Amino acid sequence: MTDAKMRGVRERKSRTRKKGVSLLLNFPYLIWLSLFVIVPMFIVAAYAFTDASGAFTLDNFRKLSVYRENIFDSFVYALIATAVTLILAYPFAYFMTKRSAAAQRVMMMLVMLPMWMNLLILTYSIMNIIETNGIVNNLLVAMGMEKVQMINTPGAVVFGMVYNYFPYMVLPLYSVLSKIDPALLEAAADLGSGGPSRFRRVILPLSMPGIISGITMVFVPSVSTFYISQKLGGTSVNMIGDVIESLVNRVSTRNLGAMLSLVLMVVILICIMIMNRFSDEEGGIML
Amino acid sequence: MNQNQKLIELHDVSVSFDDQKVLDALSLSIRDGEFVTLLGPSGCGKTTTLRIIAGFIEPDEGDVFFGSERINGVPPHKRQVNTIFQRYALFPHYNVFDNVAYGLRVKNVPKAEIHERVHEMLRLVNLEGLEHRKITKLSGGQQQRVAVARAVINRPKVLLLDEPLAALDLKLRKDMQRELKNIQKQLGITFIFVTHDQEEALSMSDTVVVMDGGRIQQVGTPTDIYNEPVNAFVADFIGESNILDGVMPADYKATFAGHTFDCLDAGFTLGEAVDVVIRPEDVDIVAPEQGMLTGVVTSVTFLGVHYEIIVDIRGFKWMIQTTDYCGEGETVGLSIEPDAIHIMKKSEYSGRYGDYSTFSDEMEEINQIPEEAEDD
Repeated sequence: MTDAKMRGVRERKSRTRKKGVSLLLNFPYLIWLSLFVIVPMFIVAAYAFTDASGAFTLDNFRKLSVYRENIFDSFVYALIATAVTLILAYPFAYFMTKRSAAAQRVMMMLVMLPMWMNLLILTYSIMNIIETNGIVNNLLVAMGMEKVQMINTPGAVVFGMVYNYFPYMVLPLYSVLSKIDPALLEAAADLGSGGPSRFRRVILPLSMPGIISGITMVFVPSVSTFYISQKLGGTSVNMIGDVIESLVNRVSTRNLGAMLSLVLMVVILICIMIMNRFSDEEGGIML
Repeated sequence: MNQNQKLIELHDVSVSFDDQKVLDALSLSIRDGEFVTLLGPSGCGKTTTLRIIAGFIEPDEGDVFFGSERINGVPPHKRQVNTIFQRYALFPHYNVFDNVAYGLRVKNVPKAEIHERVHEMLRLVNLEGLEHRKITKLSGGQQQRVAVARAVINRPKVLLLDEPLAALDLKLRKDMQRELKNIQKQLGITFIFVTHDQEEALSMSDTVVVMDGGRIQQVGTPTDIYNEPVNAFVADFIGESNILDGVMPADYKATFAGHTFDCLDAGFTLGEAVDVVIRPEDVDIVAPEQGMLTGVVTSVTFLGVHYEIIVDIRGFKWMIQTTDYCGEGETVGLSIEPDAIHIMKKSEYSGRYGDYSTFSDEMEEINQIPEEAEDD
């Protein structure tokens, strides 16, 4: 055999060995993934297309139209919450990249802090603050002003979502913004770009992958939000997540709940695919 | 425009970063159409000077003039200068065409004109046909050309170049040196070029500004700088030189290395201590009995064109470039013509350079470490 051929054989052998090792290392993860992600999805699908007795049916699908409004509302709230989060998080993340390394660490800490606390506790705290007889209203009364109805309004729900998902927007934005080479901004200034032009032509396009990633990470959980909307929105808001929760909790409507989950899942998947297409075109990568 | 008109002037410009003085009352004037090189070791303030002209750094003290207008406080995007950055700083999200078109788009130049001028520029830098190539898919030399085109397309009065060739390999660097020089001649604009490479500075510039420690050491044509260095720093930084302590016993006489030589310098006070510069290529190797000085060869290096030999004369290591082979340990004679001897006044740099026991200051420091360690 020639040297080149020998090398080829050796390379092929080592490649198969590498493949074997990587499969072995991935094995526990694959088991985990299939047991707790893939199998449950099939179970949801199975429930969606059966009735309470376990017989195949498309009835659940036909009943969906009742919840058209909830789905629509969920998307509207999620869109508003995502937009507000983006508008708040972008300047914050940009401001962060301009601070000293020590200040950046502290700010990152503060952003992450709420993520380490339980959602229930956070939501109850927000309730405490904005209740009819809560902290804010007491303060207003003490200052001689009238009480403001905050809890049980759509605004409170949006506030709750923004508060909860803010870190998921800041992190990817911060990550792309901090990677922009300052020399590029100098180059843009050198070529005649003032502040707004530098932002539009250099900073914004270069931070696109982070924006896409942040939007996805906020929008997806926002659409399927429940609990926050119950506690903060009361009866004023009925999001699809809450509907699913109440359907699944009753045995008689469990299958319908499964169908609704399935539909929501598919819609979200389509959204993510569209988003991914976007970020591919920008040449960026998902976080 | 008038070639001799001053285009850029710095008056007593000082800058400090964190209490460290980077530029110390620096004054410099640059004429229109000139190719000026700021040359010096890293940390000498050359890049800072360039960034002051570009507007990225505001001087703490002093004035910057562009033409007759004081431009302190004018932001970079309102100055009629363009920069080629050290690592090019090309926009990764744009292709070649969009990078080059950037400056024109910002100025809202009509589309048809942008198209025409970008293509003209790409022709100038030999990048035709690569308009739609991604920046990340270009070689170093091609990126360099895009950087040139992107800056020059704006028709700046002054082009600032911050070590633009540092990232290229030697041969490509030589080609780009010639190309940049050609572009400068063709466009007739002022180039201010920053480099730490003395060869690059000498071969490209009309005027070389040698800097160290935030101050200008010498301004002059490349030949002036090489032949008439003002102090030991310039003599050592530009080319190779043997720098010796000497005295002037009389006009046209210099005593160093234990011998009194004829020279061409006069006007010093009698017996004044001076620094003497002798370039390695100006020393002739002769038979020991014919030499003005004699010494022992301690090392020989073959460099292709010539040998570089180190000769020990009374403990001082001379570097001599010769085409005649000498063996290590051989005793040789040295002969020096009067016009090969350059006399400089003593300066703060005296005694710091000029001996060839080691080539670099760094090596000298490394060699000293074991001694210090033993002291501990």
